Amino acid sequence: MSSINKRAKQISAEIISNKKVGAYHHITLTVGEIAQLIKPGNFVAVAVGGEDSRMVLRRAFAIYKSSMDPLDGGIVELVVAPHGSGSKWLCSAPIHSMIDVILPLGKAFGIPVNPVNALLVGGGYGSAPLFGLAEALKAKQCNVDMVLGASTASKIYAPQEGKRSTNSMIFTTDDGSLGLEGMVSSVIPEIIEKNNIEIIYSCGPMAMLEAVTQIAAEYGLQHQCAVEESMACGIGVCMTCVLPVRGEDGIARMVRTCIEGPVMEGSDILWNTGRKVPSEVWGAL
Amino acid sequence: MTVAFDYSTSIGPTSLPNPILTASGCASSGKELAQFFPITELGAIVTKSIMLKPRSGRATPRMAETPSGMLNAIGLQGPGLELFIENDLPWLHQQGARTIVSIAGETVEDYAILARRIRTQPGVVGIEVNISCPNVENRGLVFSCHPDTARAAMEAVRRNVGGDLPIIAKLSPDVTDIVQIARTVADAGADGVALINTLLGMVIDTRTMRPRLAQKTGGLSGPAIRPVAVRAVYQVREALPHLPIVGMGGISSGQDALEFVLAGAQAVSIGTATFGDPQAAIRIKSELEQLLIERGFSNFSDAVSYAHRAEQ
Repeated sequence: MSSINKRAKQISAEIISNKKVGAYHHITLTVGEIAQLIKPGNFVAVAVGGEDSRMVLRRAFAIYKSSMDPLDGGIVELVVAPHGSGSKWLCSAPIHSMIDVILPLGKAFGIPVNPVNALLVGGGYGSAPLFGLAEALKAKQCNVDMVLGASTASKIYAPQEGKRSTNSMIFTTDDGSLGLEGMVSSVIPEIIEKNNIEIIYSCGPMAMLEAVTQIAAEYGLQHQCAVEESMACGIGVCMTCVLPVRGEDGIARMVRTCIEGPVMEGSDILWNTGRKVPSEVWGAL
Repeated sequence: MTVAFDYSTSIGPTSLPNPILTASGCASSGKELAQFFPITELGAIVTKSIMLKPRSGRATPRMAETPSGMLNAIGLQGPGLELFIENDLPWLHQQGARTIVSIAGETVEDYAILARRIRTQPGVVGIEVNISCPNVENRGLVFSCHPDTARAAMEAVRRNVGGDLPIIAKLSPDVTDIVQIARTVADAGADGVALINTLLGMVIDTRTMRPRLAQKTGGLSGPAIRPVAVRAVYQVREALPHLPIVGMGGISSGQDALEFVLAGAQAVSIGTATFGDPQAAIRIKSELEQLLIERGFSNFSDAVSYAHRAEQ
């Protein structure tokens, strides 16, 4: 058997809850035992549109939380922004309807063996996987600070229960409607210095991840970011979700973010290449 | 009494236990799908087109979903011939999969070298020649769009591959007369044709008001192109009654596959449907078998080209 997608299964999952939270939908699925295999940073790939759908491609969503519920068994929670036709379909899916899901997919966040001071940075619904990560870090006695940014208050996803896993939480919004006015990158250096941050985890729009990568580099910190590239399949066959990434041998190659990611070391990524393949990129993984 | 249904088929000299294949570029080299079904249960795995050298492919965005289809411009990203022979082919052989290797060249000589290296690899039961590639020696024009270049590429492969391994030319539908191209490659020694590759298309993003794909144009696939593909299979079958055809283009159910078989395909490839459903190929395998049995066929071969039968 191959080592690729090795824990993943394609299952039919029941939607047991679908609630609008700010600009997003919080959707809960029953998935059975496989919930136990999920780690923070993993994602799901969902078939959308029902039978005879004209949408032929899967949609990838980061997993917000997974757990074993005494009543419902294994559950997975997603935070979905109704942006395109596929995510709108999912957000309007009625309770008790069944959806076709593949999970768990992708590389998870690496959890340090010893306690560290970690900073978690999220943009928009990119905050979703960070709460599960915060819990995992807390379980390792890490100190967890979190910064969440968005364009406006309704696009900050920060449930009350999520806050329990963090030592501090700061919000930034472009319009100043919640927390500090401005971008997450403007508050990160101060937190790094004040709280002796040793590692940064991030998830959100690519421009934000790039900015965080730059700050991490200035402070010489490890930075694990979960990237978001559009995917057609989520399982490594379509080759559309690639990014130019530098390998251990120093050579940059096109790699699939669904298989080698979504969690990657920020400094390995060749950011913002402007719809071109950088000349130093050689081959593919 | 139930009589066992004979699902076997053949493409030139190669016999396959069933006619369901993956489509090149939609199953990588099988490893990704192996988690979802036993890949040995398919007739064959058609691997992603391999080129001589490692290749980065195109910049992103490489993909846009379209109504009942998708546009892609991957640009043949891949590890190159040597790593493919080192890593991918031995793995497929170890699993017991039958492999049809798709090859793609930038020059006629590339096709010759690729064919020579691939023909001796264990587990390989056929070579698909992807001639829908730009010819760098001829202003980047696609080999399969002109009879002369299509012939040259196929002759280069034929010269290097003996009669025991079928070579299948994969043709582009973006031509005036696909029958003429099919006839040309058959004359040049092809044992069969794969119909059809993607159709060239474009999506313009109305927000940025520019082409969505970095490459601007891309290949359209999925159910949207199925009628074009069925037509191509039917026309080539009509003109060349004995040329084996691998049919593909938007097959996402057994019923879709049956259309291709009735039109004249000895085998069918499942492509874009795999992106939406990793188990599409194995599901279609059982759906098609069921439909054929329901229609009273006791073996697959009797159904091939059945739509061409004389009116009663």
